Amino acid sequence: MSQSEGMSGDSGVPAADDRAPLLFLRNVSKTFSTGTVALRGVDMTIRDGDFLSLLGPSGCGKSTALRLIAGLSTPTSGQIEWPGASSRSDIGFVFQEPTLMPWASVFDNVWLPLRLRGISRAQAQPAVMEMLERVHLAGFADAVPRELSGGMKMRVSIARAMVTKPRLLLMDEPFAALDEITRFQLNNDLLDLWQDQRFTVVFVTHSVFESVFLSNRIVTMAARPGRVADEMAVSAPYPRDEAFRTSVDYAALCRQASTALEAAMGTNAEPQHVHA
Amino acid sequence: MSMPEPSRPVLDPEEARRVRQQRLERIGRWVLPLAIMILAIWLWDRICVWNEIPKYILPRPGLVLQTLHDDAGLLFSSLLVTLKITFLSLALAVVGGVGLAVLFAQSKWVEMSFFPFAIVLQVTPIVAIFPLINIYVDNQTTKLLLCAWIVAFFPILSNTTLGLNSVDRNLLDLFRLNGATRWQQLRLLRLPAAMPYFLGGLKIAGGLSLIGAVVAEFVAGASGQSSGLASRIIEAGYRLNAPRLFAALILISLAGIVIFLALSLVSNLVLRRWHESAMVQER
Repeated sequence: MSQSEGMSGDSGVPAADDRAPLLFLRNVSKTFSTGTVALRGVDMTIRDGDFLSLLGPSGCGKSTALRLIAGLSTPTSGQIEWPGASSRSDIGFVFQEPTLMPWASVFDNVWLPLRLRGISRAQAQPAVMEMLERVHLAGFADAVPRELSGGMKMRVSIARAMVTKPRLLLMDEPFAALDEITRFQLNNDLLDLWQDQRFTVVFVTHSVFESVFLSNRIVTMAARPGRVADEMAVSAPYPRDEAFRTSVDYAALCRQASTALEAAMGTNAEPQHVHA
Repeated sequence: MSMPEPSRPVLDPEEARRVRQQRLERIGRWVLPLAIMILAIWLWDRICVWNEIPKYILPRPGLVLQTLHDDAGLLFSSLLVTLKITFLSLALAVVGGVGLAVLFAQSKWVEMSFFPFAIVLQVTPIVAIFPLINIYVDNQTTKLLLCAWIVAFFPILSNTTLGLNSVDRNLLDLFRLNGATRWQQLRLLRLPAAMPYFLGGLKIAGGLSLIGAVVAEFVAGASGQSSGLASRIIEAGYRLNAPRLFAALILISLAGIVIFLALSLVSNLVLRRWHESAMVQER
């Protein structure tokens, strides 16, 4: 606690190694029954307050890693350790699709995680309304999902994930299906929320630009088998705004991440094509 | 800043044509079937007159209407008997169909074990099963109910089972992640998701339960003492009372149409806010 108080200064985010680790992945592998090796020997430390992006091509196991962290799937070998008191119940999950219940109102959708914990509608009211205000949807509590645009649905999905105030938010390519204007908006809003509430984010993406804009750390992954290829720190200070998107720093960081990604894609451990 | 709003937007020829088209379609939806119906009845009447068909072979529509009026007491009390069987069996089909579907949804093993029995029950013609029921069951109403139920429950069972299993995988994960109990998962996720499927099954079952009730009574009527519309038809057939036969037939059809419309209305009311099938399309 004392750490994060001292760190809310101009740089926004403390240096990576100063913060307490939230969870470790130790030599984690996952092999599916089909024989596909989704992950092999993944080591990763996620620190309290990180905005960590998992960047990689499709098939690199980044979504699998997310599901393992969430406890929706168990590793074939290796461990996922939570050194602190946190655990699965402290996790919010945002899927690639908004994944809302189409028959339920926006309020009821956001209420759901609290409802499943036995919290009544009246008790949940303040928390749900606060979350809806945070994602700029206060006026839409009674709307049903089909009355909302794609971006608004995703906001509801984020509000639902955050309503329990989890310490760890897992996001699986949440903005991939949105148009660019909406995506930029949601990027900014997510960063605001993150800076304000100081939770930890693991963000899966295949967009170099998005990962650089959002995160303080980028873990690049390679495919077949899925593994960690590289890790880089994004040292640019927060808050990051539209000006950052056009800055020279941003361009340089994007090039760096892009190079790392290319290198990862060029180094398949098991070559697909064997030349005779 | 404010411009005077035109009370009506100016429409280009294409949009105007579309509006006209829509208005015509709205009127046509009611007028056309009605016109064809009236034409058919008129033709029926003319055929009787032109060919001098005797009324015990094919009565003129006017006579059928007259019979419907004259025999109203007899026919409507019979209709009530048939409707009672229909609605009771529909209610039991809902309870049985949804109940079994929920049971099936609890475990793949239960579904695998018992679904084939439901199919056997469905594909065996009820007329062929009835003699057995006749032997085992004494009470007349119970016999008819059982028959109508066997016919009506399958679409509800099979549709609801499909619906309960058609839940978004990610939503299931979300429920798991938040530590939902089985009961919460069923009540808050699976049952609402199955609603459109269930209502589709209900619409089919409504018609089938009427058919089941009438068929059962037909088969039972041969062996005795029933008083529904089917037995009126059998009776009228024996006596060559074609007008009454037609009148009874019309009542059965009307009952079927009303049941279908009522169930469609229910389905629309329940789904109108969220499901594609009940939405009004713009554009």
